[in-house]
Amino acid sequence: MKRARVAFAGALHDATPGTAPGTLRLADGRVVAEEDVVWLAPFEVGTIIALGLNYADHAKELAFSAQDEPLVFLKGPGSVVGHRGRTRRPADATFMHYECELAVVIGKPARKASRAAAMSHVAGYTVANDYAIRDYLENWYRPNLRVKNRDGGTVLGPWLVDAADFASPPQLDLRTFVNGRLMQQGNTRDLIFDVPFLIEYLSAFMTLSPGDVILTGTPEGVSNVAVGDEVACEIEGIGRLVNTIAGDAEFGR
Amino acid sequence: MALSFDLPFAFAPYRLSGTVYGVLMNHRAALAALGEAAHQPPYKAPPKAPVLYVKPRNTLVTPGAALRIDDPAGELEVGAALGIVIGRSACRVAESEAMDFVAGYVIVADCSLPHDSYFRPAIRFKARDASCAIGPKVVARADVADPDALGVRVLVDGRPVHAASTGGTFRGVARLVSDVSEFMTLAPGDLLLAGVAPGSPRVRAGASLAIEVDGLGRLETRVVAAELAGR
Repeated sequence: MKRARVAFAGALHDATPGTAPGTLRLADGRVVAEEDVVWLAPFEVGTIIALGLNYADHAKELAFSAQDEPLVFLKGPGSVVGHRGRTRRPADATFMHYECELAVVIGKPARKASRAAAMSHVAGYTVANDYAIRDYLENWYRPNLRVKNRDGGTVLGPWLVDAADFASPPQLDLRTFVNGRLMQQGNTRDLIFDVPFLIEYLSAFMTLSPGDVILTGTPEGVSNVAVGDEVACEIEGIGRLVNTIAGDAEFGR
Repeated sequence: MALSFDLPFAFAPYRLSGTVYGVLMNHRAALAALGEAAHQPPYKAPPKAPVLYVKPRNTLVTPGAALRIDDPAGELEVGAALGIVIGRSACRVAESEAMDFVAGYVIVADCSLPHDSYFRPAIRFKARDASCAIGPKVVARADVADPDALGVRVLVDGRPVHAASTGGTFRGVARLVSDVSEFMTLAPGDLLLAGVAPGSPRVRAGASLAIEVDGLGRLETRVVAAELAGR
């Protein structure tokens, strides 16, 4: 089952896909066109946990060697935007890139979960685009929040899809298109630290709660984006998440 | 669960969002304590922009509740910090106007497992359950004359073990709010910790801990081994 959260006609709504293509069915029974709603993150977002360098090909692309422990960083809720949102690229940036990632949404509290039990804590999946601006990298708690936790830098959606609809853990193709051109691809089977490992590792020291989300990292193929670019991140069976790069002027800068 | 859903309401009429950001190396003496290492790999240069970290909701404990440590023989490093409570959405605010966006202040015990590398985000050390105590109350901004000149004292089992100040920072409260808001909007109820002086004391399970900050009162808590906390 797929679920979205949208704003329509003055209120927030839970929604599911309508029977006709391009439509949404709101919880109150109305059927509306996809372009007529504002898409929010498809669940109430708790702690955002993100992985760096979690695909061997991407780690190589950035010239990093294998790690013995996952590279984990956290993001704040203010960075989140939904499907069809706009993300600002500052005029002084020379390298801003998308990162298409499988987002794993926790459904049931997990504390010291074993690898064997880990997947039972997963509610579902969505698509994440975890933007970075490499110009602002500093070697302190790297990747630092100025690179990773910018307003609009965490794109989530469009749908939260039930974990039960997929193999456990899922093996899914990821693709990113910029202005329709395929730029990035990979498959979640190539994760260095897979989803059960991550849940076991994280829950050993931090209790995971419903709404917490793990962005599992991105494969190779990141590239610079420009103002006006349409960036679409796709994960097989989960959805196609669209975002547009905006300039400073739109934000009054 | 570590997060008490009472937390947002524990400081009425102030309401916390549950989002807490800390800042690394804001005290000049903290960076100086690293000496030449701050210029060597892996850091290569001292921080330029504010280096932030997140204290996620699993770390937060309400006034009166205990801090937790998993290893009964281990130590927690106690970061005694001034918590800046954001009053309204702060996006790209000028330093000269930044104080208008501050609702008040509260004491925060930002605890971590000791770690000596700041190169990678130290999530396993800093994001542990029940490692961030907040209290006893939010004091209105108007009631604190100069947030950048407050004495900070840490007491363990009633004995003073550390004394510092909110001064001596690279960025005082107004500058910090301004510089952070340049790249991320701070929301009402968010807490921004203004940094930790060097030489943070360490505590073990069984310790009682108090942090006093001039004008903000006294945060009292204790450190409990996870098993004793029934976990």
